[in-house]
Amino acid sequence: MKLTTKLLAATAIVSAGAAGATELEVMHWWTSGGEAAAVSKFAEAWDATGNTWVDGAIAGGGDTARPIMVSRILGGDPPAAFQFNHGRQAEELVEAGLILDITDVSEAEGWADIVTPSSLLDSCTYDGRVFCVPVNIHSWQWMWLSNGAYAAAGVPVPTNWGEFVSTAPALREAGIVPLAMGGQSWQQNGAFGVMALALAGKEAWLAVNQDKNAEVAMGPEYARVFEAFGAARELSTGLNVQDWNQATAAVIEGSAGAQIMGDWAQGEFAVAGSVAGTDYSCLPGLGEVALLDTGGDAFFFPVTGDPEIEAAQKELAALMLSPAVQVSFNSAKGSLPVRPDVDLTTVNECTQKGLDLLAAGSTVPAGTQLLSPDTVTQLNDLMTEFWSTPSMTVAEVQQQYSDIIADAD
Amino acid sequence: MALAEEASRKTTRPDAAPIRRPNRWLKNMTGKVAMLPMILTALVIFLGGTIWTIVYSFTDSGLLPRLRWNGLAQYERLWSSRKWLVSIENLALYGVLSVILTLFIAFTLAALLDRKIRFEDAFRTIFLYPFALSFIVTGLVWQWILNPEFGIQGIVRGMGWETFNFDPLYNPNIVMYGLLIAGLWQGTGLIMCIMLAGLRGIDDDIWKAARVDGIGTVKTYVVVIIPMMRPVFVTSLVLIGAGIVKLYDLVVAQTSGGPGISSEVPAKYVMNTMFGGQNLGQGFAASTMMMVMVFIILIPWAYLEFGGKKRG
Amino acid sequence: MVDMATNAASGSALNPRGPKPKKVFSRANIIVYGTLFVVAVYYALPLYVMIVTSLKGMPEIRMGNIFSPPMEITFQPWVKAWQEACTGINCDGLSRGFWNSVRILIPSVIISVAVASVNGYALSMWKFKGSEVFFTILMIGAFIPYQVMLYPIVILLREAGLYGSLTGLVLVHVAFGMPINTLLFRNYFASIPDELFKAARVDGAGFWSIFFRIMLPMSLPIFVVSLIIQVTGIWNDFLFGVIFTSQDLYPMTVQLNNIVNSVQGVKEYNVNMAATLITGLVPLIIYFASGKLFVRGIAAGAVKG
Repeated sequence: MKLTTKLLAATAIVSAGAAGATELEVMHWWTSGGEAAAVSKFAEAWDATGNTWVDGAIAGGGDTARPIMVSRILGGDPPAAFQFNHGRQAEELVEAGLILDITDVSEAEGWADIVTPSSLLDSCTYDGRVFCVPVNIHSWQWMWLSNGAYAAAGVPVPTNWGEFVSTAPALREAGIVPLAMGGQSWQQNGAFGVMALALAGKEAWLAVNQDKNAEVAMGPEYARVFEAFGAARELSTGLNVQDWNQATAAVIEGSAGAQIMGDWAQGEFAVAGSVAGTDYSCLPGLGEVALLDTGGDAFFFPVTGDPEIEAAQKELAALMLSPAVQVSFNSAKGSLPVRPDVDLTTVNECTQKGLDLLAAGSTVPAGTQLLSPDTVTQLNDLMTEFWSTPSMTVAEVQQQYSDIIADAD
Repeated sequence: MALAEEASRKTTRPDAAPIRRPNRWLKNMTGKVAMLPMILTALVIFLGGTIWTIVYSFTDSGLLPRLRWNGLAQYERLWSSRKWLVSIENLALYGVLSVILTLFIAFTLAALLDRKIRFEDAFRTIFLYPFALSFIVTGLVWQWILNPEFGIQGIVRGMGWETFNFDPLYNPNIVMYGLLIAGLWQGTGLIMCIMLAGLRGIDDDIWKAARVDGIGTVKTYVVVIIPMMRPVFVTSLVLIGAGIVKLYDLVVAQTSGGPGISSEVPAKYVMNTMFGGQNLGQGFAASTMMMVMVFIILIPWAYLEFGGKKRG
Repeated sequence: MVDMATNAASGSALNPRGPKPKKVFSRANIIVYGTLFVVAVYYALPLYVMIVTSLKGMPEIRMGNIFSPPMEITFQPWVKAWQEACTGINCDGLSRGFWNSVRILIPSVIISVAVASVNGYALSMWKFKGSEVFFTILMIGAFIPYQVMLYPIVILLREAGLYGSLTGLVLVHVAFGMPINTLLFRNYFASIPDELFKAARVDGAGFWSIFFRIMLPMSLPIFVVSLIIQVTGIWNDFLFGVIFTSQDLYPMTVQLNNIVNSVQGVKEYNVNMAATLITGLVPLIIYFASGKLFVRGIAAGAVKG
């Protein structure tokens, strides 16, 4: 309510006299134990500046949290900060003038020189003005393999997609499902994206996702991808689960050989006490290309019309990108920091591979940064339909894929 | 009654000004005032909200509602979407089966519970508790129970019947039946309660009369009691129908619309497009079509219900 | 009952007195109790799985045997669900939102049931021209997925200055509870014989006195049903409670959602089950306690008298 905001602002002004103590409500969807530990690093840092972090966590990812955030903004009672994924989700809010312009913070802190890869800051830039602060990097481009499963099948752990396919029959003989995949559409579309980058290569992938080139989508590079995707469909039969972590659990136990999933899967391995290198292996870019896509989260700050809160918002933005906070937050979350001049405290073999690729600049923007949510939803639907309809041919799905890309904005 | 009073007043005051007919607006004032909340809600929220939705379905609203017209584009896209067509088919199948089975199961259970049995409270609570539990987790539990590896199929196979097949959730052809099992589990309890309340309102004399006439128990139910419970059946039908149209949480929790898109339903299409795809215009078009379809089914019923004389 | 008749008719001096003791295993009883029991298994099965899972530790759950009882019973998931589970950085479990849920529940249920009962009463006995039209429009409301109405209502509440307040949320619950509950009451009152109403009118009773003195006492079962529907719907509501309120008013379902719905984190199934069971306790208690009011003959008695 406007009245409450005014009252809040009034109290803020009064207490501002006492060393800038402002309350900022921050909304996000980091609700599980590990994620909560990460968020508390932000909160601690903010509280340490004499202000107060009011936490507003809503689980369920964007689909649940977004209508809530939008309603708060529409209803005139916006939170002081909220989390979205990197990319195009907040486009409309920025266009409608509902988000605070923090270009001055970006220039003062020199983000353009610090944020790596620069595509992260680019996604936060609309018409040359900066509207959000990227805080971490999560990458989809990983394949996780169970060392135990391959040992049981008597074959060496694959080091790329080609080897994975060729060792699959041995796994089948040992009664192990080669590829673990859950039933939800985003998982299948995600796996497709990883395979597309790995098998079609960076240029073709960018042509399709960035430039929306439907001809390349119909072309031979992508035909290869779809063939492989069709083969992957075969390799995943035998495991019936819905959630991504149930598929990961199959890999942890050794009843499945591998899973294509983002780096957040490491959390599952960690909780089960598996050790990278010993119990499980990881292949960034499916071992075919040394590339990571850089998705992740960013914080946006709604316009509140209150100068006190605005100043606090800008302070928070700068804080989130500061070196110490980047270290503590990302170490707790298991993601990669957006600035290269920090050293994470706990790094296992797989996270180190990720850091090396980042340092070498071998990155592409995430699919969700380049494609609109509407297009992503359509692709989710298409990929999951293909995945569960054996009669759907590779040619058909490629045609429909290129149609969607042609229509994409 | 008012007219009679008017008439008597007229005879006793012959030189009074001519009496006007009582103002129709003032008649039954208490009733009208009492219904004011309903009238306001109906007009402002439901009628207003519906019109708002229909209007914005002709725009290209994305994350926020905006008035940028694009004619029938949303509807064209809607009807050329395989996912939407599958949703409607699924809902029709689920809807018909759900109505028939819910009414049958609920009435049977209510009739059984009505017979002064012991432990009525316990049974009634067991049948009703599914209604109380949030669907996110109960949907997950049904997912586990119907899972071929560690659910019922696994257990029965473990007991020796190697070829037993009970895998509805991973078979695109019968996945809607898997959903139906959980849906009935969740929804029949409440309908049973409504029917029980209705049964309890039936006079004992009716039962005695039927017994004296020598009509058997089952026949009494079918031929005498059910016709007397027509309003209760209508209420139940509306409740079941509303639940079917709004079917969403169950699908998300159990199958996420899978395998593939074989268990998609219209409400999920609306939700995913509005909030996941951030395409309000498309979502509004879909929900408008849902409303049209509901109308097509409801209009004949409304005519039957309100067209003829009801009371007496 | 037939037994009684035959007994009375025979009239022999050696007749035992009182009603003939019903055989416990009479055919009718076996059918009735047998069916109820078998059906009860179908209903109780998921509850069994939930309880059993909520008492296991996670390693045991990962092994996958959902029907087996816990090898080691642990109440840790229940404790965690109630007071330790994390919602972002607030790690005080479900207990945080419990009183909010109660504060939302009580006014919403009372007002929505009251309004709906008056609506149903007025619609069936005090009709006026056009009243059925409004009722039909209201019924449209029963069929719309309410998420579609979110934004228009947000805008409405904002203009009324009620966005983010308890009053706003209560009004929303009342509005959305109206269609089904009004239908419930209307159809129930419609089945009450006309004579009762006309007799009361002849006695000079008006709108409210008929409602309170005659209709209300007769319709206890349907009040209970309406109560059940509203308590369940409002207690379990998540979306309205999180969209139309502010942080300090978030109901328990927000914490429940945060416990069971984390997308990228580790899923603790035992805590999820415990949390769901705890949340479901309030409606469950109401279901069980409401049995006393499902009594036969209240309406019947009134007709005869």
